[in-house]
Amino acid sequence: MALNIDLTMIWAVIIAFGVVMYVLLDGFDLGVGILFPFAPSETSRDEMMNSVAPVWDGNETWLVLGGAGLLGAFPLVYTILLPALYIGVFLLLAGLIFRGVAFEFRFKANKSRYLWNWSFAGGSTVAAFAQGAVVGAYIEGFETASKVYIGGPLDWLTPFSVMTGFGLLAGYALLGATWIILKTEGRTQEWAYRLVTPLLAVVLTVFAVIGIWTPYVDPFVYDRWFDNMSTIWLLPTLTLFCAWRLWVSARLRYEGQPFVWTVAVFVFTYLSLLAAKWPYVVPPTYTLWEAASHPGSQLFLLIGVLFVTPIVLAYTTWTYWVFRGKVGADAGYH
Amino acid sequence: MELDPVLLSRMQFAFVVSFHAIFPVFTIGLASYIAVLEGIFYRTANPEWERLSMFWTKVFAVVFGMGVVSGIVMSFQFGTNWSSFSQAAANFMGPVLSYEVITAFFLEAAFLGVLLFGRDKVAPGVHLFAALMVALGTFVSSFWILATNSWMHTPDGVMYFSGMYQVTSWTEAIFNPSFPYRFAHFALASFLTGGFVVAGVSAYYLINNRAVSANKKALSMCMWMLLIATPAQLVIGDMHGLNTLEHQPTKVAAMEGNWERQSGAPLLLFAIPDQANQTNHYELGIPGLASYLLKHDVEGEVPGVSEVPRAEQPPVAIVFWSFRIMVGLGVLMIGFAAAGLLLRLRGTLYSNRYFLHGLRAMAVAPFLAVLAGWITTEVGRAPWLIYGEMTHAEGVTPSLTGGMALFTLIGYILVYAVIFVSGLYYITQIVRAGLEGEVTADVEDDADRPMRPLSAAHTAFDGDGPEVRS
Repeated sequence: MALNIDLTMIWAVIIAFGVVMYVLLDGFDLGVGILFPFAPSETSRDEMMNSVAPVWDGNETWLVLGGAGLLGAFPLVYTILLPALYIGVFLLLAGLIFRGVAFEFRFKANKSRYLWNWSFAGGSTVAAFAQGAVVGAYIEGFETASKVYIGGPLDWLTPFSVMTGFGLLAGYALLGATWIILKTEGRTQEWAYRLVTPLLAVVLTVFAVIGIWTPYVDPFVYDRWFDNMSTIWLLPTLTLFCAWRLWVSARLRYEGQPFVWTVAVFVFTYLSLLAAKWPYVVPPTYTLWEAASHPGSQLFLLIGVLFVTPIVLAYTTWTYWVFRGKVGADAGYH
Repeated sequence: MELDPVLLSRMQFAFVVSFHAIFPVFTIGLASYIAVLEGIFYRTANPEWERLSMFWTKVFAVVFGMGVVSGIVMSFQFGTNWSSFSQAAANFMGPVLSYEVITAFFLEAAFLGVLLFGRDKVAPGVHLFAALMVALGTFVSSFWILATNSWMHTPDGVMYFSGMYQVTSWTEAIFNPSFPYRFAHFALASFLTGGFVVAGVSAYYLINNRAVSANKKALSMCMWMLLIATPAQLVIGDMHGLNTLEHQPTKVAAMEGNWERQSGAPLLLFAIPDQANQTNHYELGIPGLASYLLKHDVEGEVPGVSEVPRAEQPPVAIVFWSFRIMVGLGVLMIGFAAAGLLLRLRGTLYSNRYFLHGLRAMAVAPFLAVLAGWITTEVGRAPWLIYGEMTHAEGVTPSLTGGMALFTLIGYILVYAVIFVSGLYYITQIVRAGLEGEVTADVEDDADRPMRPLSAAHTAFDGDGPEVRS
């Protein structure tokens, strides 16, 4: 039994790490896509795409690993969330496919380039919105009976999840904008600087609404925040602090700091969310341990993951190192 | 009309998995071919081998990229449409499918980039090693996928306990009874696919007098390989069939169109199976041959579909005809391989235009054969999802409605149509550009190092305008 608990905890950390890696890494890629139609010029668009081109597909693979890893370690999460989010998952995948194909073909296209621009922007926007709505649906919880989802096809689509959808759209756009600040110069960079304040305002508004709304619709979350765990308040406080640092560093025209602070905003928001739901992994009913697969299966998979993850991380770091520095409109990708 | 979520989910899974499968079945064979080309180049230092390798690596990059994009969808299908099955089988299927993802991850992280972009950045031996590892990696990927699939046909090494299978022996579950045969059959199918595509494209270039010397080499080695691999596939396929007879007799009965258990069963060349009346119309067969093939005795007893209740019968017509399409194409492939030998002996392998045009057309044959083979084995398992244990109806997502399934089925068809048309169109552009563009001196700069498969190709997507800035 001791083994069971340990493995489940290890897997919870691995999956949580995988999710946050995906959100941060694909987040800025998607953000660049969301901002794509609003770029000041076609040259800016080339720069923006160049800045993510070398890394985006590595970023996306975290999603595939997350999907497969969930089935291996927490099958109940996989088999309740995917049916509950059926339509949303389709939109997410369709968006990611259009986004991915656009990456491949836009640079090779001449006449048809505008089509790939739309495919890139539309795909990124749909995928980001769908992910945000998934977060909202997750916070609201799923209707289940004896380990099976029993709700309707559009239960996930509520005013609340639409709001979180727009919230994540703004959040990814913010990650994208600060990434663009980091990777470009001149007109494109200046344009990105000007986006920080309005995007941050949207993100904080949604953050505030979630913070006020959820404790009042969910007694469990209410207790968590107002009764039994006072240290939990540290997390939203840190989120707000990072948001303030982000705003300041963008005003002072720092190049690297805005991205770092945005990442920190995401991390602390994410941790706040985890802390509010802990230990429920299929809210409001099932805990991590109820959702876990057999310890033998968790162990079997853990061996491979522990072997490969360091290699993948090293490779990812190396790729980012190789592509460090500013991109031009025609460098970095053909 | 009531929409059936089970049927629609099956159609959707068949569609996305077929669409996905055609890419890996080609890349697995092609990766091995590239490794061989790199090996010969390493030994001989003849730049023609390198040109061939560079050209086919470019094609490989595009097809691999398409496989990855379409594969993302696969990792979510099990949960969205088959959640009860996924929940029950998760202890086995989750880790095994994750190992496939890990393999692909590792492969991409470590070796694919070196193969695609490292030609002039690493020592030739390292590049060859990367090519070998990519070839090996594609096999390891298919190993995990086929282990899962085979387990659904011949489940083993597990125990059902409070709603979930628990693995009692990983070796027995992974190396389940049908796995070795399925794996060998699929591996050979990949070689046939790679071989006939390369042969077909080389034939196209020879017809047009392009890069003649290199393409002769490519065609020649393909024809030697196919001369061994096509009959070998017949033997392996036969062994796979006998294994199926042992574990899934009803599937074999459906493949043979045999309704009643009988000795001296004929091999049917043509028939219209009639499931409602449990009989065939317009039968045309060779007496005793099915018995001979399955039991190695013309009087051998062959099982019949009617032995199991109707509710447990697969749709015979689909299994019967897809099996015939697969075998027919396989025989055609053997014929082409043999004709190649004949023409080679006569010295007209590279000049016989009928043969070369025929080879061009044959480039699609292995894809059709692979899909027909998958339809035979998967539809033949019906109504079982896990053979003898869980039916499709039991495995489907309980909350799934017909409308939802129809919505996503149409959606995936539309999305995939866009990728498929773009990808196929782009590959034809690469083939049209040909080997002539492959200069062995490096013209790429460091900017090409992104590990994204398609950036290994530089051909313009749409014909007009200047060559893409490279």
